[in-house]
Amino acid sequence: MSPQPTTRIPEILKTHESSLLNEWVREQTPHLASQRGRISDADLREQSREFLSLFQQAAQRGRLDTLQDPAWREVLELLNGISQSRAKQGFTPAQTANFVISLKRPFFARLNQEYAKDGAGLAEETWRATVLLDELALHTVTSHIKMREEVILRQQEEMLELSTPVVKLWDGILALPMIGTLDSARTQVVMESLLQRIVETGADVAIIDITGVPTVDTLVAQHLLKTVTAARLMGAECIISGIRPQIAQTIVHLGVELGDVITKATLADAFAVALQRRGLAMTRAAGR
Amino acid sequence: MDRIPILKMGNILLVTIQVDMHDRLALALQEDLTERISTTGARGVLIDISSLEIVDSFIGRMFSNIAAMARVLDAATVVVGMRPAVAITLVELGLSLPGVRTALDVDRGMELLRVSDERNPVVHVAGTEDGGALGAS
Repeated sequence: MSPQPTTRIPEILKTHESSLLNEWVREQTPHLASQRGRISDADLREQSREFLSLFQQAAQRGRLDTLQDPAWREVLELLNGISQSRAKQGFTPAQTANFVISLKRPFFARLNQEYAKDGAGLAEETWRATVLLDELALHTVTSHIKMREEVILRQQEEMLELSTPVVKLWDGILALPMIGTLDSARTQVVMESLLQRIVETGADVAIIDITGVPTVDTLVAQHLLKTVTAARLMGAECIISGIRPQIAQTIVHLGVELGDVITKATLADAFAVALQRRGLAMTRAAGR
Repeated sequence: MDRIPILKMGNILLVTIQVDMHDRLALALQEDLTERISTTGARGVLIDISSLEIVDSFIGRMFSNIAAMARVLDAATVVVGMRPAVAITLVELGLSLPGVRTALDVDRGMELLRVSDERNPVVHVAGTEDGGALGAS
């Protein structure tokens, strides 16, 4: 690695730390106007103070041209914490990035003062500081988005668990009301829970209701047929119900072959078939 | 070499697979079973695989083959007690065992065989399609 080029940034940061902080906090306030109440002035000031002091210390020890330097680790961790807490509070990525970017104006003002008589030096130092602060800002955006993605992933998993109930309709008859789009991961979960319930209850008819499935394309149909086949291998018969008119049209247009699977328009029709298969019938109670 | 025992109950042959199948064992079973069907004139074959935990495409195809061979010898085949994991594996392997009837447990398997036996009595006109009775669900 090349030796660090001469720079007065660490020194400037150190000398002007407290006045920088004041100006920076003032600079940030207008950006957060729409988020008033989500973060208090005291918190903002505390976060800024902590960042500035770590930033200043890291600048003394580490290289200014790369964040890979171990000296920056604490600063990055602090930024992670801040952007994650802001992501949870509902800040936009831009607002989160502004936390770092708004430091530029007061900081550049200081550089301007210090290099008043040295134009070339000022340009060089300004560039150095810009690169560094931009990198830090990008880091906050990355960690903000990562946080959001984690939230989405968790919600997806929760939805997956919630959306595959297998209900017992009658002795030996199971129903599986499917809601939402069927992808391979969900089919796997659906298949496993259905087969498990077939073993537990000894059911020999299972009704798969797809009223809540928004679209049926070839892939979804294939997933459905897989589930039906697996249930058949276990010795249970499957009926697919809840096929809406549009879906019936799509299935035919796509040329999807449902084979010898029984399909019904409504769950009630499918239930009637299931009862019939088990040799049961429903009658109106006498005298009603 | 160990072999899988084949029990005769009335006019039904009962096969319980209790060990992990390997290819030679499967071929031996196929051979023994066809032999027994033709000597005993059995009308049904019930294969219990409730203790079978691992299947591969070869074993999966063997079930289809056994069912097809039994059908040629005029016996219906029912595979009972397949585990969920096994069913999922077979489906993922693309084996849906066409022509093989399945049931949840031995009781229901016996019931299926009894029904198909009634529909397809011993004295039947030559050339009658019995695959229809077997394949109908």
